[in-house]
Amino acid sequence: MFRPTSALVFAVVVALLAGLASSATPADPIRIAYIDPLSGPFAATGENGLNQFKYATEALNKGGGVLGRQLEIVPLDNKVSPQESLIQLKKVIGDGIPFVFQGNSSGVAHAISDAVQKHNERDAGNRVLYLNYSAVDPALTNEKCHFWHFRFDAHADMKMAALTDVIAANKSVKKMYIIGQDYSFGKAVAEGAVSMLGKKRPDIQIVGNELHPIGKVKDFSPYVQKIVASGADAVITGNWGADMIALAKAANDGGLKVPFYTYYAASDGVTAAIGAAGIDRIRLVHESHPGNPNPPKALSDYLTGYRKLHPQNDVNQPRIHTGLNMLAQAIKRAGTTDVDKVAAALEGAEFTNLSGDQLVMRREDHQLQMPVYISVHTNKNIKHDLDASGFGLALEQKIEREKATQPTTCKMQRPS
Amino acid sequence: MFQLIFFSILNGLVYGMLLFMLSSGLTLIFGMMGVLNFAHASFYMLGAYVAFTVGLHLGFWPALVIAPVVVGLLGALVERQGLRRVHRFGHIAELIFTFGVAILVEEIVQLVWGRPAKSYQVPAALDFPLFRVMSSSFPAYKAFMLVVAVAIFAFIFVILTRTRAGLIIQASLTHPQMVAMLGHNVPRVFMIVFGIGSALAALAGVIAGPVLGTFPGMAQVLGSIVFVVVVIGGLGSLSGAFVASLLIGIVQTFAVAMDVSVGGALAAMGVHVNTAGALHDLWRVTIAQVAPILPYVLLVLTLILRPTGLFGTRET
Amino acid sequence: MSTPVATRPFAVAGVARAARVRRYGLWLAAAVVLLLLPQSVRTGTAIAVMNQMGIAVIFALSFNMLLGQGGMLSFGHAVYFGLGGFIAAHVLNMAGRGAIYLPVPLLPLVGGLGGLAFAALFGSFSTRRAGTVFSMISLGVAELMAASSLIFDKFFGGEEGITTNRSKAPLLLGLEFTRDRQVYYLIAFWLFVATLAMYAFSRTPVGRMANAVRDNPERAEFVGYSQHRVRFVSFCAAGFFAGIAGGLFAVNYEILTAENMGLNASGAVLLMAYIGGIGAFVGPILGAVVFTFLQSMLSDYTGMWLLYLGILFLATVLFVPMGLAGLLMLHAPVWRARRVGRLLGPYVLTGALGFVAAVGIIGLLEMVHFVAAGRTGTRRLFWLVVAPRTLMPWLGFAALVVAGAVGVRWTGPRAVAAFAEASRPGRP
Repeated sequence: MFRPTSALVFAVVVALLAGLASSATPADPIRIAYIDPLSGPFAATGENGLNQFKYATEALNKGGGVLGRQLEIVPLDNKVSPQESLIQLKKVIGDGIPFVFQGNSSGVAHAISDAVQKHNERDAGNRVLYLNYSAVDPALTNEKCHFWHFRFDAHADMKMAALTDVIAANKSVKKMYIIGQDYSFGKAVAEGAVSMLGKKRPDIQIVGNELHPIGKVKDFSPYVQKIVASGADAVITGNWGADMIALAKAANDGGLKVPFYTYYAASDGVTAAIGAAGIDRIRLVHESHPGNPNPPKALSDYLTGYRKLHPQNDVNQPRIHTGLNMLAQAIKRAGTTDVDKVAAALEGAEFTNLSGDQLVMRREDHQLQMPVYISVHTNKNIKHDLDASGFGLALEQKIEREKATQPTTCKMQRPS
Repeated sequence: MFQLIFFSILNGLVYGMLLFMLSSGLTLIFGMMGVLNFAHASFYMLGAYVAFTVGLHLGFWPALVIAPVVVGLLGALVERQGLRRVHRFGHIAELIFTFGVAILVEEIVQLVWGRPAKSYQVPAALDFPLFRVMSSSFPAYKAFMLVVAVAIFAFIFVILTRTRAGLIIQASLTHPQMVAMLGHNVPRVFMIVFGIGSALAALAGVIAGPVLGTFPGMAQVLGSIVFVVVVIGGLGSLSGAFVASLLIGIVQTFAVAMDVSVGGALAAMGVHVNTAGALHDLWRVTIAQVAPILPYVLLVLTLILRPTGLFGTRET
Repeated sequence: MSTPVATRPFAVAGVARAARVRRYGLWLAAAVVLLLLPQSVRTGTAIAVMNQMGIAVIFALSFNMLLGQGGMLSFGHAVYFGLGGFIAAHVLNMAGRGAIYLPVPLLPLVGGLGGLAFAALFGSFSTRRAGTVFSMISLGVAELMAASSLIFDKFFGGEEGITTNRSKAPLLLGLEFTRDRQVYYLIAFWLFVATLAMYAFSRTPVGRMANAVRDNPERAEFVGYSQHRVRFVSFCAAGFFAGIAGGLFAVNYEILTAENMGLNASGAVLLMAYIGGIGAFVGPILGAVVFTFLQSMLSDYTGMWLLYLGILFLATVLFVPMGLAGLLMLHAPVWRARRVGRLLGPYVLTGALGFVAAVGIIGLLEMVHFVAAGRTGTRRLFWLVVAPRTLMPWLGFAALVVAGAVGVRWTGPRAVAAFAEASRPGRP
């Protein structure tokens, strides 16, 4: 039926492809689901996170894997939607994958955490463990805590405590403006800022406390005008992603030259977009050494190795390395992938991370106890820059673990 | 207070003019072809990205010209090869087609330029504060945006009302059959209008990219607001789109500046509500928080009270 | 169905009876399939996807009551799905606390009534006009409701939404709904009932008048029907069934967020209905099943699933504007004339060549994606492991595209000609 020419082309093609083919046969790996945005507006963050997971997994697998088995990351796209996340979680459960990592958006985290708890209570034979590497709403390890949730990032209040310590020491700050996204994390930041500043520096006046819809504001200039008009001499914001870029740009255009204290104003395009406008003005609170200046060797090698694989991206979440390695350690100790036993092994587990810090997974609420770092956006003495932009973060201050710790209201219920 | 009001007006004007650049093309396409073009904002995004790439090699000023031309030709191509074929299957098919194009453009942009935001910066020649009032400054680039938008408005207005081509376009808006019978090639007029509309959207993208950010979600953020402008202004009405753009730009900017709660605003007008009732969430919320939904309130009210829009003469 | 059969000639009555038997048989067969479906699958994932499909089918059918039957293009149909779901979720929470007595199986009805109430409210002003005005009001209402979720924090739960727990409600006849499999039967039951009801609605005088108003409103008015009233009734009915779907969503996922009411959800249901075909009752059913399948499965295999979905929409509009159901219906005369056999050859050949071209295109796109993401090394594509940074796979996939496209250009017109030949009336 073919014309001779197309038949010939076809035959050649088949031969070519057959020649290229080779097969890889992974032998019964331990599967770990990764539920985060891999398409849509927040895909950049999710994809970079996935690459960091793969990078950390490869290192573990090269060392022989866990219990003689390889680890395999199963990426599932949730488009940062709570609803899509639950659809994916049902697939995870249906496929019998025991471990789930997720981090982007506390809204999603609440949905997954709640669904995991309900599922595990109903179906004891097919439980899943939720490992939260980035969603920092304090409620997740306080009133909403449960046995099958572990958090590997410092929560918003731990970070806010560190941030407010720095602000309290800065006597030139007299009027503070708080702006954030209108959802659980943004609200947690605002509440933490108001209550902690009230205790540490009652003389600082909160001249604005604003919540804007998440991902919907096109132009931040009106907000910036409001900040200018309020006479604020410093700003706290939990904004991330496009909302952070737009806010920084508008601030620059509007002539707002005050310091910004932020949670997520770096990497995934934010650093490059802020550029020179943010030098010595934007400060960031995070859970790891920023890599400048004088990074610990383990961290420096890790960052360099990742940059080789992904020239445009950064290891912006070293906690991914921490979470994955602590999970591997717990599986080893438990000698099984049984969810309850692994969870029990994680409780109270200790780990030394890439920054050389000694971390402990607190039994009472499953919140990892860790030091907190404050860094500043700059282009001076940058060894490990972000977004390949020449700009990066330089360490200003480290708040030790004992000082960063926060009390919890969690009453952990353990399965009998 | 003066400072806040003054800059709110300026920012409202800039934002409104940006909306106008997007909606001027859309209102012509919509009014003329009846197509709900969901891909319009995608051409805006393409404009920003193409300008970013051209700007890397040739600088901002050539990009300002090249990007709209490239995207305009692309728009004409989409109309000629896609939309025209779909036309005979009706408006819903056309709509789904533009829907598909919007998805495609967003994905292709991510394929070509990657997912993280691009560092598309204001050109150095315009990167200085134009003037300062007390502690705020107004960037020269925003003044440039205003000038471009006004120039476009004047340009289209003159073309539409003073030239022969404009008269044909205007006639095609209302009486396509008649124009065809007079021997004009109406499908070609459609293609040209679609191309020019896309080019205008791209121009908006070129000049808005450095201010509002250049990232794969930038089309979606503006997606439905341009429809609001077009409908409020009246389908096919350029002056309507102009007024509606400014109206929405200024209303939204001022709403952000107001920290009064809805209940408080009503109380100031002499209306006292029971703030503890079932709707207490509504009274507690500030005007600033409801700012993003105000355009849609305006849209629904306009359509109920005046289905033709502010300046329109017909409903569909 | 209610036309008096007795007055007709005997033979016609016999034909009508046969048609009726066939129709009832179809419904019965559908019920049996729904009951047996879960037995045929092993994994929980398949059940989860089927539950999602069931909900989508009801939603898409309710949407087509507006678009297909009433000619009303709504950009905000998800509003009634979402509001029905939110109300159902709150009622389920109340039932869980013991504040009211309501077992889970009746919950979708609560959602339906919620959807109905809001459809009556918004429909009262939005159905006054048809066409673009209706569409734009629906767009405005959709954006308003989506944004209101941030204002009415108590009801919508802000960005996190409202969570609920179906295992805390009182039991009816000892029916438990802890596992997905149990929920499946609940969804299947409501799917059957709702589909039957929507089909029946399309046969009622009101349903028929909706068609009349869609096609020629002036004439319908002359006959004495208010077009506003007819549209309003259709709108309310559509809202009711969308609410039922929302109620089922609340039971299945135990969470509702503002997203359920958003523009994306409304756009998705439009695409479902259109891909399936808005001209036939079964169209949205096909569309919902295909769309849900692609949406939930494609994203596991590729980060560019939206690109493929976009291509699918364009291809549908350009080549199959009548939708899947329309394409099938086109073949009804061929089927009746028992000439399907003659089409098999050309169709299979064209399909196979099209498949070859598609494999080539997908291969090329995935490799572009790979290189654009700055990755190196190899990746799996279909049954192969390829190295996109080398020339060979590019040549290979490009050759597939060329071979497939050339082939389709050659066999495609023949398949169309074969179809035209087979569907020509008369003796074979």
